[in-house]
Amino acid sequence: MGCAEKDVADAVRAAAGVVRRHRDELVNLDRPIGDADHGENLGRGFAAVVAALDAGVPSSPGGVLEVVAKTLISTVGGAAGPLYGTGFLRAARAVGAAEELDAATVAAALRAALDGVVARGGAQLGDKTVVDALAPAVAAAESAAGGGADVAGVLRAAADAAAEGAESTVPLVARKGRASYLGERSAGHLDPGARSASLLLRAFADHAAGSAG
Amino acid sequence: MTASARVGLVVVSHSRQLAAGVVEVAAQMAPQVAVLPVGGTADGGIGTDPDAVSRALSAADSGAGAAVLYDLGSAGMAAELAAETAADPDAVLVVDAPLVEGAVAAAVAAQSGAGLATVAEAARSAAAAGPTAVPAEPPREQPAVAGGPTSAEVLLTNEVGLHARPAALLARTVAELDARVVVRYGGHQADAASVLALMGLGAGRGARVAVTASGPQAEEAIRRVRGLAERNFEE
Repeated sequence: MGCAEKDVADAVRAAAGVVRRHRDELVNLDRPIGDADHGENLGRGFAAVVAALDAGVPSSPGGVLEVVAKTLISTVGGAAGPLYGTGFLRAARAVGAAEELDAATVAAALRAALDGVVARGGAQLGDKTVVDALAPAVAAAESAAGGGADVAGVLRAAADAAAEGAESTVPLVARKGRASYLGERSAGHLDPGARSASLLLRAFADHAAGSAG
Repeated sequence: MTASARVGLVVVSHSRQLAAGVVEVAAQMAPQVAVLPVGGTADGGIGTDPDAVSRALSAADSGAGAAVLYDLGSAGMAAELAAETAADPDAVLVVDAPLVEGAVAAAVAAQSGAGLATVAEAARSAAAAGPTAVPAEPPREQPAVAGGPTSAEVLLTNEVGLHARPAALLARTVAELDARVVVRYGGHQADAASVLALMGLGAGRGARVAVTASGPQAEEAIRRVRGLAERNFEE
């Protein structure tokens, strides 16, 4: 049981809906420690992704991920553009020309995405960034895939770990991004990037669970 | 003027006006260098647009490559992305430098015909580039009377003194040697490797500057600096 291009495209559309519904939440998270544009930027980016997919779904899961990457890079306008864009681009490369994604490929794609985000932004675990959600998510996904979970199981493990990882950013002092200018005052706030990564993975997991059920 | 291509510059900012302003200041120093602004998002908001950086890179590179300077976090990421996807990634350098000083230093270096690596280094070293006050007690290796083998008093007879192009020429000349060269004028001193520091001395036509050098090629450095001044910095 795998995940073809249409499933990936539908999961991305579902994620776009989640981003739209959480727009104000992301803006409000970004206001005290950033520039209050994360929700708006990501919303604009995913709206453009949906428009691109409406115009035509590429013929492979990797092709879909590449469209997501390039569209986010072109339209987001903030740090999330290059970061998520690079993540999706690396994920696209990791799955290559595969016609369907299995659990191991999904875990490998998540690993590639994390590596891309780290290479682009230079953040380490504990810097109060998207990496604090993605890194534990990737570890959980690999562990689940290794234990024989299906695609939905891998994504559920990733989403659960990402949610926990995002929450772990609350007490942290930011060392990367706009929030780092606040120093100690950045503590006590949930990182908007970690939150959005957690939302995206939850959307993918929920969609995969729905498709499987 | 040589017809060979000069290194181009791209200034990436979150704000269209900031990018345009930095370019305005830098381009004044470098009339023959392509200095292009990229500011704001495609719809005119605050942010960065990697596609616009890509287009500017293509336009700025006339064969000698292009250097990119940026203001804040995501502008640097947008620049890196654009550089990686450039037709020739080796012809692009994304430079982490103070934006205004770096852009001016890079523009001056590019105008003087320096290569991409030198232009990038000029921008990077622009951070603490201003001239500093000469220490109250001069270092002992500086002879009281100029004219020793590792020091010289140099009269500037060229039209503009140690301004943009001559300063860049001096900095490049010194950069080729294993020597540290200090130029003193009017109670201030400048590391000769820094174009901005040299310009900051304000040594115009008719000024007498004291040049001291240390290191294995100190004597050669003095010889070359004297030669440059005698040739009026090839004006």
